[in-house]
Amino acid sequence: MTLLRERPTLETTTPPARTNRKFPNPLPQLAMFCWAVVTALPLLWAVVSSFKSDKEILNEPWSPPSTLHFENWERAWTAASIGRYFLNSLIVVGGALILTMLLGALVAYALARYEFRGNRVIYYIFVAAMFFPVFLALVPLFFVVQQLGLLGTYPGLILVYTAYAVPFTVFFLHSFFRTLPSEIAEAAFLDGCSHGAVFFRVMLPLARPGLFAVGIFNFLGLWNQYLLPLVLNPDPDRYVLAQGLAALSVSQGYRSDWSGLFAGLTIAMLPVLIAYVAFQRHIRAGMTAGAVK
Amino acid sequence: MRHGRWRFLLGALVPALVLHVVFVLSPYAQAFYLSLTDWTGVAGQASFVGVDNYVRLGGDSLFLDAVRNNLVLLAVVPLVTIGIGLFLASMLRHSPARLGQGYRIVYFFPQLLSLVVIAVLWSFVYNPNTGLLNSGLRAIGLDGLTRSWLAEPAWALVAVMAVLVWSSVGFYVVLFSAAIEGIPAELFEAAKLDGAGRWATFWKVTLPLVRESVQVAFVYLGIAALDAFAVVQIMTVGPGGPDGATEVIGMSLYRTAFSYGKFGYASAMGVALFFATLTLAVLALRAGRKERLELA
Repeated sequence: MTLLRERPTLETTTPPARTNRKFPNPLPQLAMFCWAVVTALPLLWAVVSSFKSDKEILNEPWSPPSTLHFENWERAWTAASIGRYFLNSLIVVGGALILTMLLGALVAYALARYEFRGNRVIYYIFVAAMFFPVFLALVPLFFVVQQLGLLGTYPGLILVYTAYAVPFTVFFLHSFFRTLPSEIAEAAFLDGCSHGAVFFRVMLPLARPGLFAVGIFNFLGLWNQYLLPLVLNPDPDRYVLAQGLAALSVSQGYRSDWSGLFAGLTIAMLPVLIAYVAFQRHIRAGMTAGAVK
Repeated sequence: MRHGRWRFLLGALVPALVLHVVFVLSPYAQAFYLSLTDWTGVAGQASFVGVDNYVRLGGDSLFLDAVRNNLVLLAVVPLVTIGIGLFLASMLRHSPARLGQGYRIVYFFPQLLSLVVIAVLWSFVYNPNTGLLNSGLRAIGLDGLTRSWLAEPAWALVAVMAVLVWSSVGFYVVLFSAAIEGIPAELFEAAKLDGAGRWATFWKVTLPLVRESVQVAFVYLGIAALDAFAVVQIMTVGPGGPDGATEVIGMSLYRTAFSYGKFGYASAMGVALFFATLTLAVLALRAGRKERLELA
């Protein structure tokens, strides 16, 4: 499904045709502004609330905090274990991301640049998995992981995350490796490079833009994963961030600690927000390009 | 050289294939078999029951509620999201470049958040006493409109749908506006010279030329509407909502398997969900092929 002939360059914002300047229509501007408010308001409200006292949250939901209660953040980080969940997420997502990128790039490269019997079959075996709902695999997956003794362990989660992230990575990078010129690789072979060296030293650096785009996509997908850890990661000490936050928000003990919950929520949003501010153009371009491929 | 080639290919493909077979393919294959058994999780004690599980699904009122709710989600969420997305994307074309860029940044952000974060956030927004929504309504004197959004059967599913739309509109605005920017400016100018207003330009020029993006959006949003698990599980009471008002297939499956231990029965739900997803994808792709023939 190559729907866009070329990559959407979001930077080109010169409107093709200006509207009739004599009758400026304020309605579209108003509509766009309204949706921006609808989008931003709940997020800002959560951030602001994370600095308020419980009493202020209960009595004046719309007003700003009288003093900044930084202790909410500290309480969420330590007492409510958000810090530990954060660290668990970092370990699991970090491990899975490295493994996914390595295995995904290897498979995509091998399938894109080498002709051999069964090439197409292997490609479709990977890509077909993208069209199955994870719910279908959930029950047997639980028992597979259990039998391997990997239930509730970091390696178990890392391997499962990787297995479910590789298909899209292969799909995305396969077309990317196809478009790379073959002259450089051929020259490297003539210089006596092995197949592995050509991949790691020549092709991988050439594929950097593609790796970056799919890497961001995978990071977000893995960081936001909820269903898999919910089933495969029952030990509260190993909860990942999304799982821990969900558990906190429904557990009776923390129901009353509103400010702590808001702080935890804000902490959970923060890394994604920072990544977005840093790479926002790349992220939007990469994610939308991935969708229409 | 040949030797090195095969060693490299094996090294490149085998680790990923092993992971894929163990954690992805074999569970999918097992699910189809398990759905024909009455397995409750005890090793070696699964007896073959044929299509019994599927027959039982047809009389399981909570599961039927789930199917109904997923169908409502499927009918409403993609249409509303794409409607708002297309509207805002075609409006962005008329706004000053810098402002439009700013709007894109804001609109897109929820797409990056975990559905868990979104669900927790909106459960605060919907909170009947301290939530943003009700206290906002009270502040502007609309006390009559306040309610416990997630606890009233008539409103719980609407509240869930609003969250799903809220979280996905931004992505499609960016997707559609990229597609609209790809339309040659001459077409818009020609339409203007012909005296076409904005409305006519949208229907006659913009929409036909971004049709493929819209089709992709329908598939993605349809799949999301068939899921909705995280939002329902975290936001609504029960979970599953008041009187099963927000029960979804994923929720039923999860509870049947991991609370009640009926793994065979839960697998049958998984297979049902798989065929629903497959049907959706096939229908969307066939609809697309027809459109292309008409255009040609």
